[in-house]
Formats: sequence, structure tokens, C-alpha cells
Amino acid sequence: MLEPKVVQMLLEGIRDTLYMTIVSTVAGYIIGLPLGVLLHVTGENGLRPNVVIYRVIDFICNIIRSVPFLILLILLIPFTRLIVGQSYGSTATIVPLVICAAPYIGRVVESSLNEVDKGVVEAARSMGASNIQIIFKVLLVEAKTSLLTGFTITTGLLLGYSAMSGTVGGGGLGDIAVRYGYYRWKTDIMIITVALLIIIFQIIQYIGTKVVTKLDHRKR
Amino acid sequence: MSEIEIKNLKKVFEIKGHSIIALDNINLSIEKGDIFGIIGMSGAGKSTLVRSINYLEKPTEGQILIDGTDLFFLSEKELRKKRSDIGMIFQNFNLLEQKNVLDNVCFPLEIGGVKKKEARVRARELLRTVNLEDKEKAYPSQLSGGQKQRVAIARALATNPRILLCDEATSALDPQTTSSILSLLKEINHNLGITIVIITHQMSVVTEICNRVAIIDNGRLVEEGSVDTIFENPQSDAAKELISGKDLRFTPLKKYETDNRIRIVFKENSAYEPVISNLILKFQKPVNILKADTRNVNGKAVGEMILSVPDDAVTRGEMVSYLEEEGLIVTEVTDNA
Repeated sequence: MLEPKVVQMLLEGIRDTLYMTIVSTVAGYIIGLPLGVLLHVTGENGLRPNVVIYRVIDFICNIIRSVPFLILLILLIPFTRLIVGQSYGSTATIVPLVICAAPYIGRVVESSLNEVDKGVVEAARSMGASNIQIIFKVLLVEAKTSLLTGFTITTGLLLGYSAMSGTVGGGGLGDIAVRYGYYRWKTDIMIITVALLIIIFQIIQYIGTKVVTKLDHRKR
Repeated sequence: MSEIEIKNLKKVFEIKGHSIIALDNINLSIEKGDIFGIIGMSGAGKSTLVRSINYLEKPTEGQILIDGTDLFFLSEKELRKKRSDIGMIFQNFNLLEQKNVLDNVCFPLEIGGVKKKEARVRARELLRTVNLEDKEKAYPSQLSGGQKQRVAIARALATNPRILLCDEATSALDPQTTSSILSLLKEINHNLGITIVIITHQMSVVTEICNRVAIIDNGRLVEEGSVDTIFENPQSDAAKELISGKDLRFTPLKKYETDNRIRIVFKENSAYEPVISNLILKFQKPVNILKADTRNVNGKAVGEMILSVPDDAVTRGEMVSYLEEEGLIVTEVTDNA
């Protein structure tokens, strides 16, 4: 039904989409996880409340998150070029994806950590735990399932954003959908790419939910 | 030297520009091997007091001395070390929900840098002490309240503390479970010689296992002493209310609300005589029993009764002396009791 060339293109599209999603999620967490921990720790009910640090991070996070992704993508073109050497293609798209994801992840992580029972933290303090021990042995462990739920949502979000970057030559399935489906009126290819995106999204969500259910010991 | 010494403790909370004095001028000495009860109504400041003992709350003024060491002068690191010598259990158990029972008990050892293998040996030993050796693989959500508190006790004992602080440890449990947890605490105190401080709002908890008690009301220490003495003859309004309850105020016996009520306490040696019958026969006057109760005070059955006696002051005086001759402890009851 489909020409081998098109199949080949779609397979590359899947590969590029997964590449962008996975790398930007991982890189996003490398920045966002410490950011979220810092937000929680310096927050009002944190281990070491610090209004100044909290407000500064809070402000930066809100600014980045309030810029629509498409605009951020365009605004960051010079920066992307500086880092990657070009402003189009999958690798280049990872830069704005990470910058968009990090503050979002920070917020998700913060809210997961805020959910941890204060009593458990107090119990750990009463045992003589240091703040570092509380972060690594209590907060991140007790918030495990909530963090993984956040991780799944973030991955899904970045999958969608990576597709959006197709409008400015980002590569991957989104790029194919825009180039063939929108500019060349090849509706069939567009439908196939959209279907593929839906399937990938469902798989991510399915795995995420499964893993969370398996790891959560709070259930009865 | 006292195990725990609290000197002139004051704690002020700043909340939205208002200063709230949670504790004021608290002085207490808790001796080694004591089971010390700190009792008060909710909001009296007792939780803040127990958190001051291990410096989870830093006092605004005053000193906390643990075994002679003033916690104020300890560095953050020394303070953490000191805290590991003071176990603590809580009303809501505060177990790590994502760790199983064994890992929960190992947790304080893990924090203290004990090797995992050694920690597990110690944890299993403690789970035997609290009768939960068959639950080591279970997660807290699979346990009942009483079992959770047993795990919490095992966890608190893991580091071989000298002191165990109990913050409303039985308030979330039913009476039977409360009883079994209290006897476990008593056993621990007896076998390991650990000093136990119990915060509670239930007088029954104090009478069941404490040897000494302090009563906190509105952030102040209003009464302190041996449980026997305070139960027999409470001085402060707060103590009277905690012992006899507020119920009498709400009985329809308004006309008795003068000073013609007395509270009598029976101890084992006075419980054999039919004292009330004899009293009525002797004086040929009606005596009304408004309240009667038996309690377990430190393992001894102690009866408590509130009587309404005739208005006539002379007869009343004679009745009181008669009861006292019979070996009962008699106190006047004011409206606050």
C-alpha cells in the first residue's frame, strides 16, 4: 500500500521522535529534578525554607512556562545554533525541549515532594537524619510513585512538543505530518503519523501506569 | 543527675505577626527509669514540650539537659547524634509507606551508617521483642494500627536509645490495642531500663503505666508529682477535670451545684467495708452517688466516687471525718471538677 520510501521515512520519523522524547526527558530531569528538590527544600514547609532562593527559582520557572512552546522554539534559535551548530533537525530540537521541560519538571517534582507526609520527615529527623539523608532516603523514596506518575506525564508532554517542533523543521513524526500532510496535502501520510503518535503515547502511558501500580506499596 | 532536665522552658511561635506563647516557664526533672506522663487538653502545649526534649522544636528561652548535656551548645552534627539516643513514636505512626516492616526498623540504623547485614539482624531481634517477627515482609498499609505502632516502637528502639518519647502514641488506637501497646511499653521500660516520656490527653494512659505525671494547661505546668498522689488528691482545676471529666457540669443536678459535693477515693485496703451503707445508717441522711468509677492506677484497683451530701455543714463535716476515719481520701468538689 505504501511505497518502501515512505515506510522508510516513517520508521526514521519514529526513531527521531523517540530520540527527541527520550533524550529531552532525561536531560530535562537532570536539570529539573534538582530544581524541584530545591523548590521543595526552600519552600515554606521545606527542610530549609529560604524565601529569596525560592522566589528567584519560582520566578524563572514561571517565566519560561508562560511562554508558549512554539514561541520559545523560535526565540531560542540563536541559542540552539550556539550549542548544536544548527537550528533544525532532531538534535537541535532537544535544546528548546529541555529548556521548556526543566521548569515544568521542577514543578512536578516539587508537588510530588510536597505530598510526602510531614510526620515521616519528622520521624526521620527524630532519628538524627541530616537534611541530605532526608532528601535521598525519605522524600525521594516516599514520593517514588508520584514522581513516576509525573515522569510519565512529562514524557507524554514532550512527545507532543517534539511533534510541534516539526513546524520549524524539528524532524521526527511531527515534521513528516507538517511537511506531507499540511504543505503537500497528503492526508493519508498525515493520518498515519498522527496514528503512530497516538500509539507511542498510549504505550508510554501504559508502561508508566503499570510500573507505578507495581511499585506502589501504599495500596491495600 | 536527672536523665532529662527542663529548665525555665519557654516557646513562642510567631504566626503572621502574632506571638503565641505555647509554653511558659516549664521546669521538670525526669529521672532514669521513669515512665513520665505529660497530660493536658489538646492545645495545651504538650506536643511542643515533647518536641523540645529532642530539639525538634528549639526553645525560645530556657534549657534542655539530657543526661547533663545542654542541647543548646551542641553542633548540628552532635545534635543529630544525640537524637539517635532518643527514640520517638507518634500518634500517626509515621512509618515509611514505601518500605516494608524490616526496612522500616532498619531505617534509623541505615541513617547511622550501620551495615545492612548487621542492621537486619538487629531489626529481626526487635521484631521478636514486639511480636511481629512474621510480618517483616509486610508493608505498613497491610498492618492494623496496633501493629503499625509496634513497628514504630521497634524502629525507635533500633539504635538502643536511653529515652523513648511517645507523642500521643495510643490516641489513634482502640482501648484494647491501647492496653497492649501500654503493656509493651511497660515491658520495655522494665527490661531495658529505658526512660519513657508519654504525652497524652487520656488520664487512663497515665494511671495505667506512669509513675510520675505533669499536668500542662495553657502552656504552663500546673501540677507535678507521683501518679498516686495526684490521682488521690488533685489540686489544680486542670487535673480535676482530667481525672473526673467535665460530665458533672452537664448532669441535670443543678441544685446540687453548691459546695455539697465530695469526691472520695477508695484504695485496696478500704474497698472491703460497705462504707456508703454504713454512712447512711449512721447519719440517717440521704447520700446520692453522682458518679462511681474504678480505675487501674499503677496496677492497683482504685475506686473513685462523687457523692452529693446534705446541705447542713455540720453533718457534712462529720460525714467527711467519718469517711476519713474509714481510710478513704476525701476532697471537696468545686464546680470546675
